[in-house]
Amino acid sequence: MQTDRLEIRVTGFGGQGVILTGYILGRAAALFRDQHAVLAQTYGPEARGSACRADLIVSPNPIDYPQVARPNILIALSQDGYTTHKKSIEADGMILYDEELVRPDMDSPVFHASIPATRFAKEVGHKIMANIVMLGFCTALTNLATAESMEKAVSGSVPKGTEPKNLNAFRKGYEYGQQWLESHMKGNGHKTSPYLRK
Amino acid sequence: MSEHSGVLTGAHFMNGDEASAEGALAAGCRFFAGYPITPATEIAETMAERMPEVGGVFIQMEDELASMNAIIGASWGGVKSMTATSGPGFSLMMENLGLALMTETPCVLVNVQRGGPSTGLPTLIGQQDMMQARWGSHGDYEIIALTPNSPQEMFDLTVEAFNLSERFRVPVLVMADEVVGHMTEKVIIPPADQIKIVNRRKPQKGEKYLPFKPEENLVPPMGSMGDGHFQHITGLTHDERGYPGANAAVQEKLVRRLVDKIRKYAKTELTKYEAVMMDDAEVVVVCYGITGRSALRAIRVARERGIKAGMVRLQIVWPFPDHLIEELSAKSRALIVPEVNMGQIVREVSRAAAGRCPVVGLPLPGGAMHKPDQIVEAIAKAAGVEAKA
Repeated sequence: MQTDRLEIRVTGFGGQGVILTGYILGRAAALFRDQHAVLAQTYGPEARGSACRADLIVSPNPIDYPQVARPNILIALSQDGYTTHKKSIEADGMILYDEELVRPDMDSPVFHASIPATRFAKEVGHKIMANIVMLGFCTALTNLATAESMEKAVSGSVPKGTEPKNLNAFRKGYEYGQQWLESHMKGNGHKTSPYLRK
Repeated sequence: MSEHSGVLTGAHFMNGDEASAEGALAAGCRFFAGYPITPATEIAETMAERMPEVGGVFIQMEDELASMNAIIGASWGGVKSMTATSGPGFSLMMENLGLALMTETPCVLVNVQRGGPSTGLPTLIGQQDMMQARWGSHGDYEIIALTPNSPQEMFDLTVEAFNLSERFRVPVLVMADEVVGHMTEKVIIPPADQIKIVNRRKPQKGEKYLPFKPEENLVPPMGSMGDGHFQHITGLTHDERGYPGANAAVQEKLVRRLVDKIRKYAKTELTKYEAVMMDDAEVVVVCYGITGRSALRAIRVARERGIKAGMVRLQIVWPFPDHLIEELSAKSRALIVPEVNMGQIVREVSRAAAGRCPVVGLPLPGGAMHKPDQIVEAIAKAAGVEAKA
């Protein structure tokens, strides 16, 4: 079995950059970290507004079955995406969500961490970059990718001319994530997850 | 990266549709005519952006009938040409696919299969057009169809499709599917000088040219419009000059050759497959396309349970490799055939196995690919082992 593979699911609405979020994470792994990555995307016939999901698998070895069964990490950019997919997560997995868009289930045993991604995105330029803020947060909290490889992947994936703004959005999320991690480590009795950066 | 050659050399994180378009450009395709359709639209999008960069032509046609005709015309103009579609468009292309077969026009048609029939499941997988690929146009013919299992193979096999179409003067089908088309993965594009390119043989200077007079390999050289040849090209049964001849003798000569030029090489040049863990395999999963990725996981799981399982993944499905299945069926306990249709290629496997061993179909109606466990269960049953070890 491929026990070395990590499965990540990004959920939200079409137009939020859900697929791009998965694409950037996969690109960082596949091109800048010498890993294998498969990104699959699911969406409805509508171009905007329908439920949308990006499923990413990252592994040091070639990936056989390309579909995500039990994600280890869920990134939720909408309430709908959170509610639909929170139960699909492995028990020791983690859920990252935009606290302005998602009201979490307080009874869930799964490790949760949140960031006001939409607010931060507005502060650095435009709310459309909330997904990039979330990527920064995710990079700080997990061992998925290094900040350096992610910055390369962000720059190469966003529309030309928007790179500086998107990098600002990424760094905003990354710095917030580092602070979050620091205060989390100081606290006692918190839930934890093996996917949390040590 | 060399712009002139159209080869995007390097490592990319791209989806299967984009990789197929890049494969076409690397093979020298400079004409694309198509009508967008999910899940093949990204091929047209990529072509629309890339063709002007390499001095080629992209045309969005009014429909799929016209798309197929346009690529036939472009090919006779001397340019490698391609179209891409999915189920509903594939149906519309069938009539003119026959014209390409009859006029021996090299061209490539990519079908990113989705669930059908009819409009079916626009955004979800199917492998339901496999028999249509073989028999969809009227009349008797042989055709070549390739089945990629990854974005990398979307690139590699699209290059191969062009090479085979030029070599055999036949339309070649790339029978992909929604998962492989929309899946994003690492794709390595080699330097231009490391990609094997085959070009149609043109008539030699001073040689008397007849557009349908075959050489020893049964394939006629092909002159382009504008090269100074008189050419008569028709869908009617024709002689070596291309002139209609409405009688059994001309039909016999032409159609027998159209079929034989492929059959003659079915066991050699036109057999292409991947064999995994086959050295001591007793139960063999015979599959093609994306289903091979589920099958690969399945045989690994089966091996962990002590079952000698192996996989043969066909990369060329048409012409069907009868000889390969004959050989496998003679030494295997069972052949398992998972496919995302209600049982198409399994019929071919059964026919070629001819009762030498049991052939078990694992049909799915579309909308999802096989979960590895579904295949593991079938392997275990065939091996006479309890599925849950």
